[in-house]
Parts: sequence; C-alpha cells; structure tokens
Amino acid sequence: MGEVKVFGVRRSPYSCRVEIALKLKGIKYDFIEEDLSNKSPLLLKYNPVHKKIPVLVHNENPIAESLVILEYIEETWKGTPILPEDPYQRAMARFWSKFIDEKCMPALLKAAVKERENKKAIEEAAELLKILENELEGKKFFGGDNIGLVDIVADFIGYWLGLIQHVTGLELLTKEKFPNLCEWSHEFLSSSIVKESFPPSDHLLEYIRSWLSANPSK
Amino acid sequence: MASEEVKLIGFWASPYRFRVEWALILKGVEYEYIEEDIFNKSPRLLELNPVYKKIPIFIHNGKVVLESLVILEYIDEIWKNNPLLPQDPYERAMIRFWAKFADDKLVLSAYFAMCSLEDEKVKAEKITIAMEALERIEGELKGKSFFGGESIGYLDLALGWISYWLPVFDEVGSMKIIDPIKFPAIVSWMNRFANHKVIKNKLPPRDKMVIYFQERSKIISATLAKNK
Repeated sequence: MGEVKVFGVRRSPYSCRVEIALKLKGIKYDFIEEDLSNKSPLLLKYNPVHKKIPVLVHNENPIAESLVILEYIEETWKGTPILPEDPYQRAMARFWSKFIDEKCMPALLKAAVKERENKKAIEEAAELLKILENELEGKKFFGGDNIGLVDIVADFIGYWLGLIQHVTGLELLTKEKFPNLCEWSHEFLSSSIVKESFPPSDHLLEYIRSWLSANPSK
Repeated sequence: MASEEVKLIGFWASPYRFRVEWALILKGVEYEYIEEDIFNKSPRLLELNPVYKKIPIFIHNGKVVLESLVILEYIDEIWKNNPLLPQDPYERAMIRFWAKFADDKLVLSAYFAMCSLEDEKVKAEKITIAMEALERIEGELKGKSFFGGESIGYLDLALGWISYWLPVFDEVGSMKIIDPIKFPAIVSWMNRFANHKVIKNKLPPRDKMVIYFQERSKIISATLAKNK
C-alpha cells in the first residue's frame, strides 16, 4: 500500500474531500494539520506551485488539487469505487465536479460568506443550486445509490453551508426551495465515513462565528 | 465504425475545440464537425449545453459530453488506440494537474494581457503572471520531445494552444510572453507540435485569427474600461 500522508486543514472542505475518499477505500494515512498562516516547509516543498492544501503524498510522490487527488485515489486503490465504470457516466461525474468547483464554490462563498448582504450574490448562488437540485431528481446521491465523486466534491453544500446559515441566518439552501439538496445532505451526513471525515459541528460553528466577526461582509 | 454518431460542435477560432478535434484525428475517429456562431448562439447550443452555453460540445451516439478536458478523457476511454493518457496513476495525476494549472493561470492572464489596451499596469501584471506560469511549464518538459514523451499526449493537446494561439496573442497585444531565451524548451516544443502532421493540417487560418483577436481585444478592453 505504501506510505500515505495528507497535508490539510480539518476545517477545509477541500481537505475533507481527500479524507472521505481515503476512508471509503479503507486506506490508512497520516494527517498533517497545516497552519495556513505559517505553512510548513514540507507543504511548500510538496506544493511549490500553489502552496495550498490539500496535498496527498504517496510513497514520497506529492499530488495537489483535490479533484486531481480524488482521481488518483480512485485509480490507485481498488475497493469502493468513487467513479462509475461507464465512460459516459464518468464524463458526467467529472463535468458536475468541475461545475461545483468552478462555478458553485465561488458563488456560494460570495453569497454565504464574503458578500453576505448582497442580494444579487444570493440570487446567483440560488440559480446554480437549482441546477444541482435538478440533477439530483430521482437519485439518492449524485453518484446514484452510493456516494461518489460528485457527492464528495459537493461536501461544502452538504455540511458547511448549513452551518454557516445557522450562524448568519442566511436562507439560501432551504427545504422549500431545494428539497432534493436538503434530502441529499441528510443522506450524505448519515454516512459514518463522511461524519468521521468532517470536524464536529460545534468546532466548525465556533470557527465560523469567529471568522465572520473578524471578517465583516463587503 | 461507420454507423457510430460522432459529432463535434465548435467555433473556428477556439483552442478548446481544436483540443478535441486533434484527439479524434490522432485516433483515426471519423467525425462530423459543426460550426457554431458563439456570438449568435443557436437553440441547439442552448439545448445541448444549458449550464455553460459554450462549445466544444461532443456528441457520441446521442450522448453529450461537455468541457474539453473531460471530452479528452472520454475519447481516450472509448477509443483505446494511440492512448493520450499514460497508464501510471501518478503520471496521470501530473498531466491533469498541469492541464488545470495552464487553463487556470496561463490562458486567462495571456488573453487579458492582450485585451488590456487601456491599462498598462494591468497588462504588465497579467504578462508577469503568464510568464511565471510558462516558466513552470518549461520545467515540465524536462528534455522530452512532447509532454507525452515520444508522441503527442493529453497534455500536449491541452497546452497545444500555446504553440499557435499564444504567438497571435503576443502579436495582437504587442507583447512578448513567449521569450525564446527564457523558454527554449517550450519554443522547441511549439515548433515540433505545430509541425506535427496531424496538427499542422488542423489549425485555423492565422491571418483571420489576428483580425478576430484584434477585434475581440478592442471590445473586451472597452468593456473592462466601462466596468471600472
């Protein structure tokens, strides 16, 4: 199996994605919590290009970028698959993962955190969530019957967003507007592997509260 | 397999469309190319790609695949001859990393440097970002003929625009992002790539490209100035 290390930050959804995938495959790893205000020399050595977490190091080979890491995990360790076998279904999973990362995440961070008074930002985020809502129609998970790549990549929506809303009172992801996404989130968080990979809600709530008070909305 | 439906909807000046087309030709796949006017989007485009409303759009036996890098992986999985991606998971991770890096850092900075007609400071910043990105990519060639080794692979196709579009950006923007002294490996790769028998027969006309990107940079520059 070799030596597996994850350089991450437990409160980061990007970091948690990697942990979910490794746990689903039953892979043992060492987790190194990074202080982002004081990045370790090892992190800078393993990710000189972006200097960011998460980084997976397998047998001294570093891999950066969470989506790239997830595909590597899938290809290196058999066992519980994260991607379907069919090439078209795989393409769809990759498409939705890219959509979440490139479109949804920036819009959600803007609406929920950075510009949380901005009505237009909230509307734009809601439009993107609607697309995901429709994609879930008739499915338990984005991956079908089981958690897959897209579910893992949507972890911020499944866990962080609800907690942020609890603190700020934002009503973006609601049962009325997004019944499929809310049901999905419930199913997603019911997985013991997912729960183990996330920081406990009281820790995250405390972190969210202190971050928000230190960073007033633009 | 003549009975297969293989269609590519693209735009004549888009490097993203060419990535897909080069892949199909390298694998000897018969396909139909359909030109889309991206400035006057057809109902078909909006129906096939409602999320992004963009090309390229790849259709294989009724299945619609979007996003050029996703399409490349799909093509490699369906048509197994002349593989574009290596077998080793770590090498695959590296090429995916670098393709994403170039798409995130190099494409937009070079393009917007070209379009910064009004603002010299912004232009200089973008050129710096572009050259820093290119320096990283220079390091990745490591004495190989192609990023794929002896033959063209996924990363060559993903970066292929550098060999032909980036010189046009440099010309239109009166810039010199491609510095042969700083990037000797890339310049040598550019010549090899653009002169490859498949690639050189599937490129947009350069004179038309210059005119097109001159017009685009004027329009975008005006929009950026207005939005300040």
